[in-house]
Amino acid sequence: MKKTVFLGALTVAGLAAGVAAAGTLDDVKARGKLNCGVTTGLVGFAAPDANGEWNGFDVAVCRAVAAAVLGDPTAVEFVPTTGKTRFTALASGEIDMLARNTTWTFSRDVDLKFTFTGVNYYDGQGFLAPKALGVSSAKELDGATVCIQTGTTTELNLADFFRANNISYQPVPIETNAEAIQQYTAGACDVYTTDASGLAASRATFEAPGDHVLLPEIVSKEPLGPLVRHGDDEWADTVRWTLNALITAEELGVTSANIGEMSAAAGNNPEINRLLGTEGNLGEMLGLPADWAAKAIMASGNYGEIFEKNIGESTPIGLARGLNAQWTNGGLLYSPPFR
Amino acid sequence: MSDTHSESVAFVRDTFIPEQPAPSSATGVVKWLQDNLFPTWLNGLLTVVSIFVIYKLLASTMPWMLNGLWNTESLAACREVLDGTTGACFSVITERWNQLLFGFKYPQEEYWRPLLAFGLMFVALAPVLFFDLPRKLLIVTALFPFAAYWLIWGGAIYTPLLALAGFVVGYFVYAAFVKGSFATGFFGGIAAALVVWIIGGMLIPEGANDTAMLKAVPSRDLGGFMLNMMLGLTCVSLSVPLGIALALGRQSDLPLIKIICVVFIEFVRGVPLITLLFVANVMLAYFFPPGSGVDLFLRVVIMITMFSAAYIAEVIRGGLAALPKGQYEAADSLGLDYPQAMRLIILPQALKISIPGIVNVAVGLFKDTTLVSVISMFDLVGMIRGPILASTDWNGVYWELFMFASVLFFVVCYGISQYSQWLERRLATDHR
Repeated sequence: MKKTVFLGALTVAGLAAGVAAAGTLDDVKARGKLNCGVTTGLVGFAAPDANGEWNGFDVAVCRAVAAAVLGDPTAVEFVPTTGKTRFTALASGEIDMLARNTTWTFSRDVDLKFTFTGVNYYDGQGFLAPKALGVSSAKELDGATVCIQTGTTTELNLADFFRANNISYQPVPIETNAEAIQQYTAGACDVYTTDASGLAASRATFEAPGDHVLLPEIVSKEPLGPLVRHGDDEWADTVRWTLNALITAEELGVTSANIGEMSAAAGNNPEINRLLGTEGNLGEMLGLPADWAAKAIMASGNYGEIFEKNIGESTPIGLARGLNAQWTNGGLLYSPPFR
Repeated sequence: MSDTHSESVAFVRDTFIPEQPAPSSATGVVKWLQDNLFPTWLNGLLTVVSIFVIYKLLASTMPWMLNGLWNTESLAACREVLDGTTGACFSVITERWNQLLFGFKYPQEEYWRPLLAFGLMFVALAPVLFFDLPRKLLIVTALFPFAAYWLIWGGAIYTPLLALAGFVVGYFVYAAFVKGSFATGFFGGIAAALVVWIIGGMLIPEGANDTAMLKAVPSRDLGGFMLNMMLGLTCVSLSVPLGIALALGRQSDLPLIKIICVVFIEFVRGVPLITLLFVANVMLAYFFPPGSGVDLFLRVVIMITMFSAAYIAEVIRGGLAALPKGQYEAADSLGLDYPQAMRLIILPQALKISIPGIVNVAVGLFKDTTLVSVISMFDLVGMIRGPILASTDWNGVYWELFMFASVLFFVVCYGISQYSQWLERRLATDHR
C-alpha cells in the first residue's frame, strides 16, 4: 500500500515536471528572466568583464533571445557550466537553453535528446606551428611532435588525418589548454592542435603572435550552436528563428545603426518588413510581439556585428570570417527565408 | 688539607686571572658559521651548493618580481611597457582583486558585508581557539553563524532569526530533559527545534526578501576566496562534532548504530571527493523538480562535511584507541554514566591526542574546497581559470594569478598549523 502511494506520488511529480518542461516559452515569460547556460569562460565566446558583465559571441545569442522573448537583453541569468555539467544542467531544466560552443553531433542530438537550433560558428580542428618550422601545409608534418589534449575528439581526428595521409607523428599528451601553450612555447612540441578558434585565441596571447601560423588544413567539422531540450518545439523555434534573424539581418544589411529607422515604418524591401514586423504577422505565429526580431537585433547588432565585436579581425583574437561568412560571400551561413 | 701541601707545591695562585674575550674561533659570526654551515667538509660542500642554488633561483625570479607592473590596462599593455625585458604583470591583480576575493557577481557596494562577517569571524573564533579568554565571549560565537549568514546572503532577517529561535527552543527543551536521560533531552531538543522551524517557516510572509534591509544576494553570486573561506570554515566546524559522533558510534555496543557508522565511514572514505561534488551538482538536480532544488552551496557543504567527517572520525577513533583501557574502567568505577564518562574523562584525552590529525584534515579540506571549480562554482581557482583567463585582456597571465592564490592559501594554512602547534604545547600535561 505504502509503496503504491509512493510510486503514485513519483508519477505525479514526474508528470508535473513533464508539463512544466513542455512550455519553456511560457515559463520564461512568467519568470521574466531567461536562464542561459554559458561556459565558465572562453576567450571571445563568453567571459565576464571587470564589472561582472557577461560579454562574448555566445553571450550575444542569449541576449538576443532574451530581447526577442522578453523585450530586454539584460533579462538573462547566465548560468556558467563546465564541459562536464552542461548537458545535465539543460536536461534537468536548470537552464532554458545552452549557448556554450557545443558541437552539433549525431549522438548529442539523438541519444542525449537535445535539439540543436542552428549553427552560430563553424569551427574545425587546425594546427598551430612556429614560422621557424618552415611548413606551409599540415601534410608536410611527417615525423613531427604534436601537442594534443587527451580524451578529446581532437585526438581521434589527428590520428585519422595522419593515417589518411600516410605520414607519422609523435603525440605529446597534455591535459589543459594552458599546459599545452606552455609546452608549445617551450618547444616541447613542433605543432599544437585543437579547434581553430581556440588556436587563434591562444596565439593572441603570445609575446610575438606574428611568429606563429595557423596551417590551412582543417581536419574536422565542429559546427557550434545553441541547443534546447528535445520535445519543446515552440521554444526550439523561438531560439532557432532568433538566430536566423541575426543572420538574415546581416544578409539584408540591417545593422544596429539603421535598425531604428528601418523598424519605425515599412520600407521598400518586403523581406526586411516581414523580419522587422512592419508587415505580416510572423511574431504572432511564434507567440511573440511583432517587433521581436527588431529587439533581438538591437540587443547587440546583427550576426556580422557580433562576430566583429567579439572574435573578429579587429579584436586580439583576430578570426577571419572564413566558413562563417554569408553564403553570398562564399561562406556557409544560410538562413531560411522569413516568409 | 691545603696546609699539608703548602710547602710541596711550588706556586699557588691566589688571585683570579682577569677575564678575557673568548678566542675569535669560538664566538660571534665565525663560530656560528663554523657550527652551522661548515662543521665538516661534506656539510661545507652542501652549504656551497645550496647557496648557489638559492642564488640561481633568486637571480631568475627577482628581476621578474621587482620589474613587475602594477597599473596597466591589459596583458598587451604590459608587454608594450616592458618592451622585451622580463617583468611580471601584476596589473591583473590590481584590476581584478575584488573578483578574486568576492567573485564577479557580488555587488560591489555590498563588499562591506562579507568584510564585516570576516572581522566578526575572528571575534567568534577567539574564545573557541584560546580558552583563556572570558567565557562570555562564547555568546558571540553562538550568534556568529546567524549574523554571518544574514550579512553575506542578506535578505529578510526573519530567516536567520527563525533559525536562531529553533536552536534556542531546542536548547531549553534539551536542558529541561537532560537530567532525566541524555537521549530524551537530545532528541526532544531536535524535535522542538524542528517544530519551531516548520511553524515559523509558514509564518514568514511571501516576498519578505524584496523589502529587506540588506539586499538579498543569491548563492550563485558568491565567489572568489570568500567562497573558499566560507566552505572551509562551515565544513570544518560542522564536521568535527559529526566526526566525534561517528567515532563514538563506531565503538558503540549497539550493532545497529555501529553498522550505520561503519558503512557511512567506509563508503564515504572509499569515494573521491570530486565524485561526491558531482553528485551534489549533477545528480541531485534530477531528483528535485525544476526550480525547486536545494541551494547548490548547501548541497556542496553537505557533501564536503560528510567527506571530512568520515576522515575526522577515523582520526578520533585513533585517539580513542590510544587511551589505556584503565581510563575507561576508572570512569566506570566512579559511577559515571556513558555521556558523563565520555565528556569528562575520555574525550578530553582522546581529542588532545587527535589534534595533529584533525588539523591535518582541516588544512587538507580547506585546500580541497578549490575542487568546487570543476562544478562551475567560481571559487578562487575557478575565478582564475574561468572568467579572468578567458577575458581578452588577461588571457595568458598564469604565474601572477596562481602566485596570488598560493599566497592567500599559504597564509591561512600556515596560520592553522601554527595554532595547532601552540595548542599542543598548551595542552601538554605530561612531564618531559
